[in-house]
Amino acid sequence: MITIIDYGMGNLRSIQNMLKHIDVPSEITSEVSKIENAENIILPGVGAFDTAMANIDNMDIRDILRDKALVEKTPMLGICLGMQLLGKGSQEGKAEGLGLLDAVSKKFDFRKADKKHSVPHMGWNTVNPRHHDSLFQDMAGESRFYFVHSYHVVCENEDDILATTDYGIEFTSAVQRDNIYGVQYHPEKSHRFGMQLLKNFAEMYRYA
Amino acid sequence: MLETRTMPCLLLDDGRLVKTVKFKNPRYVGDPINAIKIYNQKEVDELILLDITATRQKRKPPFDIIEDVASECFMPLAYGGGIRSIDDMKRIYGIGIEKIIINSYAAENSRFVRKAASEFGSQSVVVAIDCKKTMFGKYAVKTINGTKDIRMDPVAYASKMQEEGAGEIVINSIDRDGTMEGYEIELMKKITDAVTIPVIALGGAGSVDDIEQVVKEGHVSAAAAGSLFVFQGKDLGVLINFPTREELEARLVQE
Repeated sequence: MITIIDYGMGNLRSIQNMLKHIDVPSEITSEVSKIENAENIILPGVGAFDTAMANIDNMDIRDILRDKALVEKTPMLGICLGMQLLGKGSQEGKAEGLGLLDAVSKKFDFRKADKKHSVPHMGWNTVNPRHHDSLFQDMAGESRFYFVHSYHVVCENEDDILATTDYGIEFTSAVQRDNIYGVQYHPEKSHRFGMQLLKNFAEMYRYA
Repeated sequence: MLETRTMPCLLLDDGRLVKTVKFKNPRYVGDPINAIKIYNQKEVDELILLDITATRQKRKPPFDIIEDVASECFMPLAYGGGIRSIDDMKRIYGIGIEKIIINSYAAENSRFVRKAASEFGSQSVVVAIDCKKTMFGKYAVKTINGTKDIRMDPVAYASKMQEEGAGEIVINSIDRDGTMEGYEIELMKKITDAVTIPVIALGGAGSVDDIEQVVKEGHVSAAAAGSLFVFQGKDLGVLINFPTREELEARLVQE
């Protein structure tokens, strides 16, 4: 069972729709007890960083999410803004992130790029894994995903970078540290590539 | 990376998919869920779904159909038609749709666009502008399915919508709708010169050549098409189709 955290930000149903399509059971919840008992967790998110963290704090689940990730080692997948929340903070706001990774989110800066690209980065792009990981298992050839974002995660620790994507600059499009995963793109809107990725994430729980 | 998006635009009329010519003569082309399943297989970039009679018939958006569509749509989807309240928008986003298109009501009440953008974020709020060439060679903005002239120039109107917080703009040419004679390039150029947000061209696509032209000469971020992706051959038989990734990349990737 995948627990999709409902903290008032973003498109939860589209994630559940895709999970249903690939026969993975899931629940959307904001109940603390259900989050505490979650077998694996998807942290979705669309919107502003500070609003998201304020909602998480209002629900009083910051420490629960940290415990689940760091102590219980529950597989956790942050999607889009959910990935950015795994870090320490963001240039977008002042709030403190979950701090599960040594990373901050920064606005696209094309000063070193060959040309200026438009922001938000919206559309399909290629995700290049840096090393083998079960999240990208069985993805034949090029893996393409749908992105919509203006900020991207910058890791202090190179080892946390799971995949990168080229958008004028090379930026981190997926992160991983142990059981903690984050993807900047929307697997739930990325056809068979997203289905495979979510299937892989669901299996992590089963065989953990 | 292929930065341009190409998307089918599906028109709903009383729960059925139709295709119009110059906003008239809706021809039945099939069932929305079936079409979306085929577009999934073809790995389409994105989809637009418009209920073209909701506003004219003073109806709310068809939530049940939108829900069925969302459960089968594994690509980004923008829905438009009959959007006049924040609550209805909330309900549609809640169903699992990521973008909502506002058309007639944006002209009636531009503050609504601002309100929607601040509530849901600009990236989820799209404004569609239906344009028609006037006798004097200028363009007029028409709402309520092309029936009402709002007496505003499309360029000024598009800029105003950007200011109000729209994240994207669909520019639809009524004169080219369903004609498959090519996009209204001049109009697209005028709009893309004036705004910085992504512009989606709609109306007139009859071939991948037309898409290439509107991207390269009209400088749009995305090309949408109805007839091109639902009809096939000289006799225009209904056949849901979409070019392959390789085909689009060969034409549209710009160095």
